[in-house]
Amino acid sequence: MSEQLVEPPAVWDDRHSRSGVGLLASRIGTFCIVELQKLRHDRSELVTRAIQPILWLVIFGTTFSQIRAIPTGGIPYLDFLAPGVIAQSALFIAIFYGIQIIWERDAGVLTKLLVTPTPRAALVAGKAFAAGVRSVAQAAIVVVVAAVMGVAMTWNPVRLIGVVVVVMLGAVFFSCLSLSIAGVALKRDRLMGIGQAITMPLFFASNALYPIALMPGWLQVISHVNPLTYEVSALRALLLGTPTSYWVDFAVLAGSAVAGIVCAAALIGRLAR
Amino acid sequence: MSSAIDIRGLGYRFGTHRAVDDLTLAVEAGECFGLLGPNGAGKTTTIRLLNTLLPLQTGEVEVFGRSVRTQAMVVRRSLGYVPQQLSIEGALTGRENVEWFARLFDVPRRERRARVDEVLEMVDLRGDESRLASTYSGGMVRRLELAQALVNRPALLVLDEPTVGLDPVARDSVWLRVAQMQRDHGMTVLLTTHYMEEADALCDRVALMHRGALRALGSPDELKAAAGEGASLEDVFRHHTGEALGDHDVDGEKGGLRGVRATRRTARRLG
Repeated sequence: MSEQLVEPPAVWDDRHSRSGVGLLASRIGTFCIVELQKLRHDRSELVTRAIQPILWLVIFGTTFSQIRAIPTGGIPYLDFLAPGVIAQSALFIAIFYGIQIIWERDAGVLTKLLVTPTPRAALVAGKAFAAGVRSVAQAAIVVVVAAVMGVAMTWNPVRLIGVVVVVMLGAVFFSCLSLSIAGVALKRDRLMGIGQAITMPLFFASNALYPIALMPGWLQVISHVNPLTYEVSALRALLLGTPTSYWVDFAVLAGSAVAGIVCAAALIGRLAR
Repeated sequence: MSSAIDIRGLGYRFGTHRAVDDLTLAVEAGECFGLLGPNGAGKTTTIRLLNTLLPLQTGEVEVFGRSVRTQAMVVRRSLGYVPQQLSIEGALTGRENVEWFARLFDVPRRERRARVDEVLEMVDLRGDESRLASTYSGGMVRRLELAQALVNRPALLVLDEPTVGLDPVARDSVWLRVAQMQRDHGMTVLLTTHYMEEADALCDRVALMHRGALRALGSPDELKAAAGEGASLEDVFRHHTGEALGDHDVDGEKGGLRGVRATRRTARRLG
């Protein structure tokens, strides 16, 4: 094939190689761009995935508003519910993100990604923030629907940026949970089963549908260790002005996100074996 | 000329099965080297150890003098890799697929556009770069994968059965471009293939593996001459691997159920 060999190219030209935070930011940016490009080419998933949260608002929300069975501290139940449904729609997107990584494993894409100069943690973080991009796009649809239904939300841009950050952090944690499960389950069918088994308990064991004070004691304990609770609290405070401790909410969400990335990074290599 | 790949005493086990058994070989810089063998021979495991996908158990592997055990990130920067499966993102355009990998390999922003143009031109996809990759034919997908693998100007291009499932015209088109790249840029190419005539035509040297071990090493002409007058590389293959072609069922190797499924899936997607 090569009759006259020439000198090999400069192999170790590291002038443009990144490391540390620069590399992490670069990879997160790259995966977010790819996710946005996918969304630009096909928005149908956003529309179909919007159906369920809209049903929660339109059917569950309006019905329970009529019943007035759930004490919400003086705000209409639909308003109380809307941030919970935003968090839920982001949760549903993120919790099944592991299926995508298994598909990528089967298709050889993951193998190729793992051979790029991308540390596992940066790869996982990139994927997790990409899930965040999709979740934010989904949340935007729910916010608009809720506004159309008369939910009295803030339009303060700073608070809306806060909403984006909260949804992003929540999606990072739950997508990392999903990636971690994918690293253990290894098969799509198993992951589907586990995903379905944990999604609704996560949702019901949070303050998305009702205040924690209404729960039985054991469920209150679970709800206090459930990151979804802190995501909903922060969203409710940002959108409706209800009281919360932002420090606690953001600390729990950021801590969970970091722990999720570390855990998923340790397990994702199993998918390549 | 120094070794591009230096493998010494490489061994790897999946449970009790020895997938690679004390493999020692060197690939010279600038050569096209073929790793041949039946299903389950250990070719893919060797490649996965070389490209850092699997952790080394025993032995050492160096790529251009850098250990894959201790300098994995540095080694990855020098690699271009095309796996056997069709590994493009169908929801992105051809150009976006290549840009994605340009970013992952830290191709500087000011050079990125020109570099992407260059590799798309090289694989003859400029006219189709704006189409979603899901609409590409099998041959176009393979050429797009080559473009992805070449965008970082790798010193070592690793191709794991890149022409499986392709029709002869598409296969020729892929190999033509690989040969052109190698000739123009002095790149080292490591490939696995089941097509002996391809290995014969393309490779400067080949290694024949069977049951994880090296059975023969040399240029196709040397191996054919050693096998007797008029022998083909396929005869050499049969001589060294016997009748036990593809009788392994091993996880992690192409001979395993998962590997066979992946091969069939690839063939199905190629139509």
